[in-house]
Amino acid sequence: MKQSIELDSKISNFIESCLQKPNHKSYLIAVLHKIQQHYGYLSLEHMNMVAHRLQVPTSMVSGVATFYHYFRLKPRGKYAISICLGTACFVKGADKVLEAFETELGIKMGETTPDGLFSLENSRCLGVCALAPVITINERIFSKVTAQNVPGLINKVKMEIPMTE
Amino acid sequence: MGNPGSFYKQLSESYHSEYIRSGLLKKIIIQVGSATCEKAAGSDLVWQEFNKLIRASGRDDIVIKQTGCTGRCAREPIVGVFSPNQIPIKYEKITVPKVQTIFQDHIIGGQTVPELVLDKKTQKRYDWVITTCSSRRCHFDKETDLKILLQDHLEKNDLDPDTVRVFHGGCMGLCGREKVGKQHIMMIFPEKIIYRFETESQLDEIIQSHFKSKTIAQKYQTKTDFITEQFFSLYGDVAFFNKQTRLTLRNCGLIDPESLGDYIRNKGYEALSRILEQNNPEKVIEQVMASGLRGRGGGGYPTGQKWKNAVTYTQDPQKYIVCNADEGDPGAFMDRSALEGDPFIIIEGMTIGAYAIGASQGYIYVRAEYPLAIQRLENAIEKARKNNLLGKNIMNSGFNFDVEIRLGAGAFVCGEETALMYSIEGKRGQPRIRPPYPTQSGLWGHPTVINNVETLANIPTILLYGADWFSQIGTPKSKGTKVFALAGNVKNTGLVEVPMGTTLREIIFDIGGGLLEGRRLKAVQTGGPSGGCIPESQIDTTVDYESLAQIGSIMGSGGMIILDDRDCIVATAKYFLEFTQNESCGKCVPCREGTLRMLEILERISEGNGVPEDLDKLERLGNLIKKTSLCGLGQTAPNPVLSALKNFRDEFLLHIDEKTCPAKKCSKLIKYQIIPDKCTGCTLCARRCPVSCITGKSRQVHIIQQEKCIKCGECYNVCKFDAVSII
Repeated sequence: MKQSIELDSKISNFIESCLQKPNHKSYLIAVLHKIQQHYGYLSLEHMNMVAHRLQVPTSMVSGVATFYHYFRLKPRGKYAISICLGTACFVKGADKVLEAFETELGIKMGETTPDGLFSLENSRCLGVCALAPVITINERIFSKVTAQNVPGLINKVKMEIPMTE
Repeated sequence: MGNPGSFYKQLSESYHSEYIRSGLLKKIIIQVGSATCEKAAGSDLVWQEFNKLIRASGRDDIVIKQTGCTGRCAREPIVGVFSPNQIPIKYEKITVPKVQTIFQDHIIGGQTVPELVLDKKTQKRYDWVITTCSSRRCHFDKETDLKILLQDHLEKNDLDPDTVRVFHGGCMGLCGREKVGKQHIMMIFPEKIIYRFETESQLDEIIQSHFKSKTIAQKYQTKTDFITEQFFSLYGDVAFFNKQTRLTLRNCGLIDPESLGDYIRNKGYEALSRILEQNNPEKVIEQVMASGLRGRGGGGYPTGQKWKNAVTYTQDPQKYIVCNADEGDPGAFMDRSALEGDPFIIIEGMTIGAYAIGASQGYIYVRAEYPLAIQRLENAIEKARKNNLLGKNIMNSGFNFDVEIRLGAGAFVCGEETALMYSIEGKRGQPRIRPPYPTQSGLWGHPTVINNVETLANIPTILLYGADWFSQIGTPKSKGTKVFALAGNVKNTGLVEVPMGTTLREIIFDIGGGLLEGRRLKAVQTGGPSGGCIPESQIDTTVDYESLAQIGSIMGSGGMIILDDRDCIVATAKYFLEFTQNESCGKCVPCREGTLRMLEILERISEGNGVPEDLDKLERLGNLIKKTSLCGLGQTAPNPVLSALKNFRDEFLLHIDEKTCPAKKCSKLIKYQIIPDKCTGCTLCARRCPVSCITGKSRQVHIIQQEKCIKCGECYNVCKFDAVSII
């Protein structure tokens, strides 16, 4: 197979170490996690390469990548806004928060703004239910968010102001 | 060397002497919560600020420590200040400016800051607080209400009721080794003295001595190191905690979750050393069976029996043990808290399980959504390996066992055990038909035991304190305690650990403090998307596997969401079905297609297009899906809808016949209107309306054009004069 791109050396080494272990195919999900963490999403090229290196069929890699919600097949924006739609957040009005983000950014859930700055995602329960509704912007968690907070939050992110709440 | 007992003795002694050498006992310890929830509430900034202040002060007798979360989520970030020989003080909702106040006044000045003390607002200040053990084992006389008895005796001894507060607390776990049912136990704060007494005259003697002569009635004082002592002595004076029985969560909020030394100093790994010393795996299984422990993940299968199955029906030498930490139920967070607050106990529990069934490899399957839990587990595994508590020849016993972490990737169905195993094998997490059960043919075809986080956290405790002791807690069929994640519209959201058999009312009103803003309780949702809505009329039901199943819900993994009169039952049922519909793996038709059809019907009802026959259709379809789905996800998916229909049929009918939503949640059935008398014409709503459907000039009454309105509720949210109403 022709390989047009290189994998990051850390990931490459990780695959190497997996191949030494019994049941090495079971590390597929772990490898995909590492790729997504490093590159932000799973590209077709990367998935093909994983299939090749881990010696599993490409169909299995794409089957796994599409089965699990956590894996993204498209690049996300610079700031990924993820709205928790767990039960507690729902009861506390997460749907209103989502609507506010959609209106404010002009995109729908699952989309990215044309400037590549923001993408809007939903996440499964983050387990911070007592402080609902909760959202994350990249890795940072914000609690007790209301629809009114939304424009302010977006502005803060845009201006890269260190966030205190 | 050569035996596990002496290995453990040496290990724990080295940690103890390290602790003494560190001089921590003589220092002021600032303890900052550091779980995901604490961080979300801003504990990182608090941590940085304290560090800065400590450095600036140049004092070397002040140290800062991190801990897991105690589960008092609504008041986070929580900071504890522990000075030598003083009552531990906990502060709530700490921000950077408050850190400065605490540091100046308390740590440097030695004066507590009363207005920041945890739960102060809900507690009057008394000179003493008496916490009695209200567990049913302790009552020496079941007819007498000890609280009233105590109050009578305090009055008899001329003590002002405003100075002493009497409180029914949870089980302190003191009864374990001694007489059961003949005694009573109480703890008196702030001295933290525990008295044990049997008769009323003894009680009088204690009151006379303790409150009148201000001397400890030593004759009745007990000094056993009871299981929850450490937790109680730090948090026992807080109303939210002292009604609870903290067995599995006893170290959360107490120890540094990244410190093996902290865990070992709190009896960590003593249970493992004992069973390795005894060298009898069958006896371990027997003990777990005798304890009556049942799976805490929701199914309630007896844990000891599961372990036994893995050894009885197979000769396969390769076995696996798996910790199911794929806490997928939206609204449940007790496993996250346990993993973040006390990861070692899970690993010890797994090691004991592995020893009992003869497994040499274990897997912890954790959600990728819990990065901090993963990090803490990795750290714990590494430290356990370094100290010969994992790996080859554990504690020099000859027993080999190691643990690996496997990450989930956001599929709810992977909480189902067969799907979970496929996921560990690196495949799509689609369940398969059982039997064969995992204990017969699991990971790569080998016998595999899968236990939930909370189940495993109970194991070291059972082996340490005995199966007899454990089996006395709870109800005849459901033993021990259960942790619930209390969330939704309740005052005290957070983690609640109570003995099985506690009523929902006690959990919601006594511990949870009731509903927000004096709202009326409408329903309690337990068991997440597999459970049901329990109406207000049934909240005197006790929480145990059987009672909850009887009223159409399930124990589940422990999510408990409180709904009030502003919550629409149709919308809630629709929410859960949307969730399971979305999470259905698509393998079997009833679940894939059936839930979709049910969802369509519910959508139609919530949009005002429902017809009366829809309700029967929902019921018929729901029961069919329950009967014919392949796995637990499908078999339980209709539960939220069916229980809502059973208990709240009238509300469904209002949506269908009257086209109204009494809770004003279903957007298609409501209208926003501006009340002319209240509108000041500030123009804010018109400016914020995303579809510009609000007209009106400055300082004149505004009007919403209903045909253009998309019912986003923005005007309602932004109006400062409550001039927008929902009808």
